[in-house]
Amino acid sequence: MEHRTVYFDNNATTPLHPGVKEALIEGLEIFGNPSSMHGFGREAREKIEEAREKVASFIGAEADEILFVGSGSEANNTVLSLLHCDSTRCFCALSGRSGLVTTVIEHPCVLNTARDLGRKNHAVTYLSVDKYGRIDLEELRRAVTDKVGMVSIMMANNEIGTIQDIKAAARIAHEGGALFHTDAVQAVGKIPVDVRDLDVDFLTISAHKLYGPKGIGALYVKKGSPYCPLILGGHQENGRRAGTENSLGIIGLGKAVELRALEMEEEEKRLLELKNILKDGIAKAIPDTLFMGHPEHCLPGTLSVSFVGAEGEAILLYLDLAGIAVSTGSACASGSLDPSHVIMATGVPVENAHGSVRISLGRENTLDDVQYMLHHLPPIIDRIRTMSTAYRRR
Amino acid sequence: MAKWTYSDKVKDHFMNPRNILREDNEADFHGIGLTGNIKCGDEMMVYIKVNPDKLTITDCKWRTYGCASAIASTSILSEMVIGMTLDQAYAITAKDILKELDGLPDNKVHCSVLGDKALRAAIDDYYGKNGMEDRIRTKGAKIVCECMQVTDEDIEHAVLDGVRSFSELQDMTKIGTGCGECHENAQSVMSEYIQKHFGL
Ligand SMILES: Cc1ncc(COP(=O)(O)O)c(C=O)c1O
Ligand code: FES
Repeated sequence: MEHRTVYFDNNATTPLHPGVKEALIEGLEIFGNPSSMHGFGREAREKIEEAREKVASFIGAEADEILFVGSGSEANNTVLSLLHCDSTRCFCALSGRSGLVTTVIEHPCVLNTARDLGRKNHAVTYLSVDKYGRIDLEELRRAVTDKVGMVSIMMANNEIGTIQDIKAAARIAHEGGALFHTDAVQAVGKIPVDVRDLDVDFLTISAHKLYGPKGIGALYVKKGSPYCPLILGGHQENGRRAGTENSLGIIGLGKAVELRALEMEEEEKRLLELKNILKDGIAKAIPDTLFMGHPEHCLPGTLSVSFVGAEGEAILLYLDLAGIAVSTGSACASGSLDPSHVIMATGVPVENAHGSVRISLGRENTLDDVQYMLHHLPPIIDRIRTMSTAYRRR
Repeated sequence: MAKWTYSDKVKDHFMNPRNILREDNEADFHGIGLTGNIKCGDEMMVYIKVNPDKLTITDCKWRTYGCASAIASTSILSEMVIGMTLDQAYAITAKDILKELDGLPDNKVHCSVLGDKALRAAIDDYYGKNGMEDRIRTKGAKIVCECMQVTDEDIEHAVLDGVRSFSELQDMTKIGTGCGECHENAQSVMSEYIQKHFGL
């Protein structure tokens, strides 16, 4: 089979959509400060507000409920920081409810912020997940005490693709008197998201996961929700996020969601079909594999799989030599010595976590890519197992 | 394509590993050493054949569960030791392996640490099977940290070298940097040696 490059790491980041690239190139001409009243400024302002409309309509929000931030990480940090607002500069105090409820499988930008809150004496509860990576709603109900100000639960997991029942979780949080935030970075652009239907108070979006540029995100803040800026300074974004707007990034994000609105439904259907071909092909060609993530409530293009006796970094690097890009939950590849906290949380044995690979498909992937993968992966696993201490053929 | 994380040497041994034990012919080998543990992400098994008259290594094969640097370091080690006397092979350190590999990224150094330990375990196994127990240097040493293969003797030496805190001990031996299960025991072993030698 002829050598090709196959990008199967779309949950890490996505290539720019050609339409976004075009919009960015045009946008490079726009340099005015959106806060300026003259023509240059007004032109930039207009583009930003257009983008805001697009993002809002994509998730069923009003334009003034969307604020632009520097990344998904910043959006998540901003929301959690409300818990230690002392109300000296705003009126967002959560009336003494300083506790946080989140999950053990959040992205590090939520988990590390939660740990930091814990160190500052906030009560933080980490909900566990079942073997598919789903939380238990009854556990959530018990966790939302009258000390809890915020519940933060990711909509879709970046490693295993599992999707939570956010609507039910938000209802439980509200019944307990807490605010509800969802990190929807992996969900928006892949599955339909409607903030009114879900009834969330805060929702995080990141452009580079939906074929937009890096370093730009959006935060949905439901009208009337308590809010307090993380970054203080000028009055940009209605005083909710200081710093001259990244107009180019915002233009890119606006274009990206506009294109997603047109293409998402068809494309994700196609990705799900491709993923199933890939999954069946792997299951048929390679013995002793374990598929992770929820069989049904899962992102269409995300496939998480572990191969007994084969270590993830070795798999990743052999695939890389064949031109295929994936990621792994192995400790060795992460730079730490711990395997993926997400996969460990689902209760799979630690050796499976070390041998896990995430294949995440995106809009540029084709059936040829899947076949190329199915051609290369089985011999690679076989080769690694041949030299492994941890695998014996049956 | 951008440069690889690893040296060309590592890449070469990763792409074309030498001396893998292919068949289940473990019985043909005179000494077998196992180190590491899959839970921690690396496990290595080294097999040696020994010329009983000259006490030289005539063949060395291996199996490894682990990342690219673990695979490459066992592969290169197997080439280094063939033809060596048991004494020479016993003296190989992680540093020697690192040098042969033209280095490894800092967070991968522990992979090479495992290789030389597996080799010494294989040599010890040979000694044990051939009535040369007196030559086993790790005899009596108890493993405290499975993941990093750190023994109570390693801890004693570290204490004698001036280590007084657990973080210093970790810097020196990498103890407890795998699954972490050994922390409590490791700390108490360290305290015992500090007490024993320095009465603190
Ligand atoms: C679930 C999830 N949340 C948050 C982030 C962080 O987004 P960003 O890279 O824009 O900071 C990511 C991306 O890595 C993610 O996958
Ligand atoms: S036993 Fe796993 S870190 Fe020591």
